[in-house]
Amino acid sequence: MGRLLRGALLPVLFLLFWEFAAKSGWLVYDSLSWPSAILVAGLGALRDGSLLLATWQTCQAALLGLLIGSAIGVLLGSILGLWSFMARMAGPTFDALRAIPSIALMPLFLLMMGWGLSMEASVVAYACTWPVLIATWAAVRGVEPRLLEVADVLEMQFGERLRKIVLPAAFARINVGLRIALGVALVVAVTVEIAVNPRGLGYSLVLAQQSLKADLMYAQLLWLALIGYLLNAILKTVDAPGGGARRGA
Amino acid sequence: MTLASTKADPASGASAPVAVSLRKVGVTYAMGRPVLEDISFDVREGEFLSIVGPSGCGKTTLLRMLAGLLRPTVGEALFDGQPIMAPSRERAIVFQDYTNALLPWRTVSGNVALALEKTMPVKAERDARVAQLVEKMGLSHAADRFPTQLSGGMQQRVQIARCLSQEPRIMLMDEPFGALDAMTRQTLQDELMALAAERRTTTVFITHDLEEAIYLGDRVIVLSANPGRIAQTIEVELPRPRHQLTTREDPRFLAHRHHLFGLLQGH
Repeated sequence: MGRLLRGALLPVLFLLFWEFAAKSGWLVYDSLSWPSAILVAGLGALRDGSLLLATWQTCQAALLGLLIGSAIGVLLGSILGLWSFMARMAGPTFDALRAIPSIALMPLFLLMMGWGLSMEASVVAYACTWPVLIATWAAVRGVEPRLLEVADVLEMQFGERLRKIVLPAAFARINVGLRIALGVALVVAVTVEIAVNPRGLGYSLVLAQQSLKADLMYAQLLWLALIGYLLNAILKTVDAPGGGARRGA
Repeated sequence: MTLASTKADPASGASAPVAVSLRKVGVTYAMGRPVLEDISFDVREGEFLSIVGPSGCGKTTLLRMLAGLLRPTVGEALFDGQPIMAPSRERAIVFQDYTNALLPWRTVSGNVALALEKTMPVKAERDARVAQLVEKMGLSHAADRFPTQLSGGMQQRVQIARCLSQEPRIMLMDEPFGALDAMTRQTLQDELMALAAERRTTTVFITHDLEEAIYLGDRVIVLSANPGRIAQTIEVELPRPRHQLTTREDPRFLAHRHHLFGLLQGH
């Protein structure tokens, strides 16, 4: 309890100082709101449903993109990891594709799909594919060769081998890539919304900024931080089934 | 050289058909000296063949070739008269490094079940078979434990149980007891012999321990190193069932031991 209090001391003092300095007229900028106003704006946005709708839209695009990108990344990474000739053949192509910043694909995807969920999720999927692909590739190459020989002797086909041997053995290291991709997904989704897509938290941020509602902007930023934290916490809970994957790392 | 004999029939009898046949097999790894050269022998069905040799004589390479995990560079390796082209469920292999060969994220039962999931799709039926094998290998009390929670001997038992569940025609064993303590090793030797006798599974057993080779085998092939060649083949006419004390004190056992010891020292 003492540690909690000591840790909370600085932020609380800072908030009090901020509140006091802004209210007393000592610190007044358009870009700078104050804690109580931010809280009120945030609660207001929560109550009228706009914040939750925007959250749903952003998370929908981020998670859908993450899901698609991860699936592609795991599949391609496994193929590259299992067959070195595939890696030699496709490696340069992937390196070239990976060099394209995902954000730079926004105009193209916008042209192809128009505004909305599919375009945003596609950019997110593209961005998420790479960290997962690279983590999976390395993880699959690192799978104990004995286990692959066991799969050989049991005459396992590609799908069975992937499901029963390769992916569980590589799980811990693939998980690292998934966690990186999760962070990427949220950042890219919000970026796409800020830049071109009129939906979600990114667009709400732009609206708040354009109507000079600094308090609402701060509230949304804090909300985004909370979402990122929660998503990461959720992914951490699916860490290691049976405890084996931890040892497999 | 009184004990030396060439391609004689194993104790299982001259009538038993040939399971494995190697004909002038050689293995050379890329850009290297040959690992194995001019290896020819037959293994008859139901036979327990021990292969013994110094480290670096290509024992493991030979076994991996029989499993189909690698192909001979020259010569022919036949199983049931067909060239061995790829690994097969019919040829189970027990690896020396049991820790690496078990799935750490599966329990003992889960590891044994691995080999049955395709052939026994009905779960109840499979579970019953797994329980039976787990019990046979004395692992019932540990069925729900993970491999890392087990001793080395127990882990090797799990691997053997998994291989048995394949219902293989032949068991290939690569120094399976090499990393175990003496007591555990003797127990497992006797269990293995009992299993082999009961199921009449053809077994090729690799070891660097020549006493183990004699104690277990119907026949012992001695390899010499650099490159690996067959130095000699001896028949072991010790009666079965064998016993850790009396068999090892049998004058014939001691004679084999002296002979093999001299042979291995020569290299």
